[in-house]
Amino acid sequence: MGKSINNLRPILLIEDDTTDTITVKRSFDDLRIKNPLVCVDGGKKALEYLQDKKSKKPCVILLDLIMPEMNGIEFLRIVKSDDVLKTIPVVALTVSQQQQDKIESFKLGIAGYIIKPSDYEGFVKAIETINMYWNFSELPNLK
Amino acid sequence: MMKNLKPILLVEDDSVDAMTIKRALKELNVTNQLVHSVDGEQALEYLRADDNKKPCVILLDLNMPKMNGIEFLHAVKEDEKLKKTPVVVLTTSNEQNDITTSFRFSVAGYMVKPVDYKKFVEAIRAINLYWTLSELPNGD
Repeated sequence: MGKSINNLRPILLIEDDTTDTITVKRSFDDLRIKNPLVCVDGGKKALEYLQDKKSKKPCVILLDLIMPEMNGIEFLRIVKSDDVLKTIPVVALTVSQQQQDKIESFKLGIAGYIIKPSDYEGFVKAIETINMYWNFSELPNLK
Repeated sequence: MMKNLKPILLVEDDSVDAMTIKRALKELNVTNQLVHSVDGEQALEYLRADDNKKPCVILLDLNMPKMNGIEFLHAVKEDEKLKKTPVVVLTTSNEQNDITTSFRFSVAGYMVKPVDYKKFVEAIRAINLYWTLSELPNGD
């Protein structure tokens, strides 16, 4: 994901479900995606990662919406009010089909809203499409 | 984008580029209607007219006369009703400034127009596949 300057930047996955996390990791392996995958199990940990000066800023954030403690929308709101972090594209990867969640996410500037396919093949296809799209897209350089 | 019957709004001042995009969409069997505005002002007029069908996605050129892409983006993102429509920049500019500013305004993609037609079609194909996979906000 991301062009040459960005292709070693990690992808940040914010996902509380361990099975889904494993599925994403498997998909990345199967698709031979080279970007390191950083997995955190919640919004708070994600913010800690992002605000740590030693962390490599991700090129894309994959965001689950339904999580305990801090849900995805709350995280999105916080990230989008941060002058530096707001430029990182965030893609929702969720089971939520709620109209409210979609509208709220897009209003907050989400860069895609993908419903997690229930079968593995479909999941890999979805990750493949996400990967292809963000390979085509330019991305902001971030220190 | 084929998931729905909403139009795609293309904001593009260059008629050759507009034709290339139309050709590519046709080749890819994208059936959504393409609404073409030649600058930001026209595009805003289209979006603000209650009678017009709201687009599912906006493809936005940056360098345009009258109202350029960034100004248009600013106006759209300030508008409570319009801000939820995903905007994908499709431009010749690969200036870091333009990229950063666009993402500051939460664009949902930034593609530099390939010079080669085949590559152009591939880029439009990627956009189409992604926005067919992605859900879109409804409710207007």
